[in-house]
Amino acid sequence: MFTGIFKDTSVRVLIVFMISLCVISSFILPDWMQNNFMYGLSRGLAILGLMLLWRTNLVSFGHALYYGFGAYAVALCQKYFGITDILLRFTIAVVAAGLLGFCLGFILRKYREIFFAMLSLAFSMVLYGLLAKAEFLGSTDGMSISPSTLFGLELTRQYLFFLITFFVICAAVSIQAYLRSTLGHLTTAIQDNEIRVEFLGFSVQKAIHIKYVISACLAGGAGGLMAASLGQVDPDSMVNWNVSGELVFITIMSGWGNILAPFIGAIIFEFIRTYAFEWAPQAWAAIVGGTLLAIIFFFPGGIWSIIEKVFNYGKKKDVK
Amino acid sequence: MQFWATVFLDGLTYASYLFIVSLGLTIIFGVMKILNVAHGSFYAWGAYTAAFAIGIISDNDLPEILFLPAILISAVLVGVVLGYIIERFILRKMYNQDIHLIVLATFGVFLIFEDLIIITFGVDPYLPYQPAMMLGWIDIVGLNRGVYQLSLILLATIVAFGCWYGLTKTKWGKLLQSVIYDREISEAMGINVTKVYVVTFIGGAILGALGGAYVAPTTSVSPGFAIDLVVLSFAVVVIGGMGSIPGALIGSLIVGLLRAFAVHQAPILELFVVFAVMAIVLIIRPEGLFAPPKARKI
Repeated sequence: MFTGIFKDTSVRVLIVFMISLCVISSFILPDWMQNNFMYGLSRGLAILGLMLLWRTNLVSFGHALYYGFGAYAVALCQKYFGITDILLRFTIAVVAAGLLGFCLGFILRKYREIFFAMLSLAFSMVLYGLLAKAEFLGSTDGMSISPSTLFGLELTRQYLFFLITFFVICAAVSIQAYLRSTLGHLTTAIQDNEIRVEFLGFSVQKAIHIKYVISACLAGGAGGLMAASLGQVDPDSMVNWNVSGELVFITIMSGWGNILAPFIGAIIFEFIRTYAFEWAPQAWAAIVGGTLLAIIFFFPGGIWSIIEKVFNYGKKKDVK
Repeated sequence: MQFWATVFLDGLTYASYLFIVSLGLTIIFGVMKILNVAHGSFYAWGAYTAAFAIGIISDNDLPEILFLPAILISAVLVGVVLGYIIERFILRKMYNQDIHLIVLATFGVFLIFEDLIIITFGVDPYLPYQPAMMLGWIDIVGLNRGVYQLSLILLATIVAFGCWYGLTKTKWGKLLQSVIYDREISEAMGINVTKVYVVTFIGGAILGALGGAYVAPTTSVSPGFAIDLVVLSFAVVVIGGMGSIPGALIGSLIVGLLRAFAVHQAPILELFVVFAVMAIVLIIRPEGLFAPPKARKI
């Protein structure tokens, strides 16, 4: 699965992009931008998960379930076990969300289209309903997260950013390896014709289930990293349905052409939000909504389609 | 006994208002196959406009009898204006698109209108309590309830009856049903589907706005209060069956009563029960409890 993965153009571009992002943001750009990159990359993981599902024409309007679940897993482990190590935090978030996704996957893998969207929405709102009302989980105020450590040493923002970039690279490279494998190729085939895939001897439900668990893991990891970098988890900004909507929105905005697209999209989203907040604090949601409409109407392929046009990138792969 | 009466009365009131809002949502879905997130905007705009109108009436010492027409007129006004704008300029360009993209587009519209509310009406909450004060309170089986809240049940009954009559007894309703059943055949038979769509969407929008406008006197109208309602009415519609009108009735009764029960018995489960039921219905009967049978398409 991983053989020759570093010869892949997408992987190389991704690694170069991430490393240059690290270098540029630590030496040239102001500090607040680094925060935006950090949030963008963390959220980008969840977008990557949604992009995987989107490729099979499944749109989850409840991915905030895993996003929030990962974040709350981190918060609870800190509260009850005192875990602050960033490696552990990331692992816990990924594993917790993955387990939840594995269980729910047995049900969700039979659903398509609007029913898939609605059922995932229902699941995420069940979690929201519990979190928003549970006193010992901080109800709507949420819980605060102490700064992360690594092997007992406290991390500065700078190193946290580097580590997040590292996690993101690992995750994205694994996803590229998955997409190049037979299972990964299957998912596009399922979108084209499910019955044909069944007749070729593959189980559609199993393929979708695996994909769903992967995407849950990614969203969980995103939530964990977001919790660690924001220092705060709360149900309204992590689990509520409009968070899921926002995640799907960034997925559309990014486009699904490449593993790098979600991260670029998520970073751009952070900047749109920051600037909208600064220039028009009363209307930032309107600006986000307007961007969403503009993308749907004028760039249905998302930002990645623009990048593709400008750099003429990815042409060769399409021919194959 | 007292407890069950409380649950029943509160649940029924809550269900009535959910029904009015969800009815609009389910009609729009049934006819146009659009899951309209922007329905929350109709609701919020209806509430704000009504609150604003009530404010004007009571500030100028106009006769109190004007409250009810003011509420109805603001609902119709909001429904017609917003419904027409959204249908004409956003949705009409998207009918052949992927269903998920349409949902997202309405989500974008919802975000825009949320902020337009803040820009138009400001961030301070409105408390248009005057109509509720005017009608006073009444004792029912030992429970003290506002007459205005109870009149919501009457309004829901009128809306439900009107809707049933309109759909089954009038020519226009029959046209609508045929479009719900099969869009292409209806078009081939000479029904102006575009016109049906506009009217349906505006009708649904008026219902959404009516829900908001009528509820405004009982709550504090503040920014972001439509966010919870959108997803609650989704739950209602999904439980009853997307596109089914009796489904919206049953769905809102289930959600309303369950929620009232949870509020009085175990407040921590208030939202949980609603969405747990939604998930269970989707698992057992994905098309909803009262979905119309699907025509087989070749």
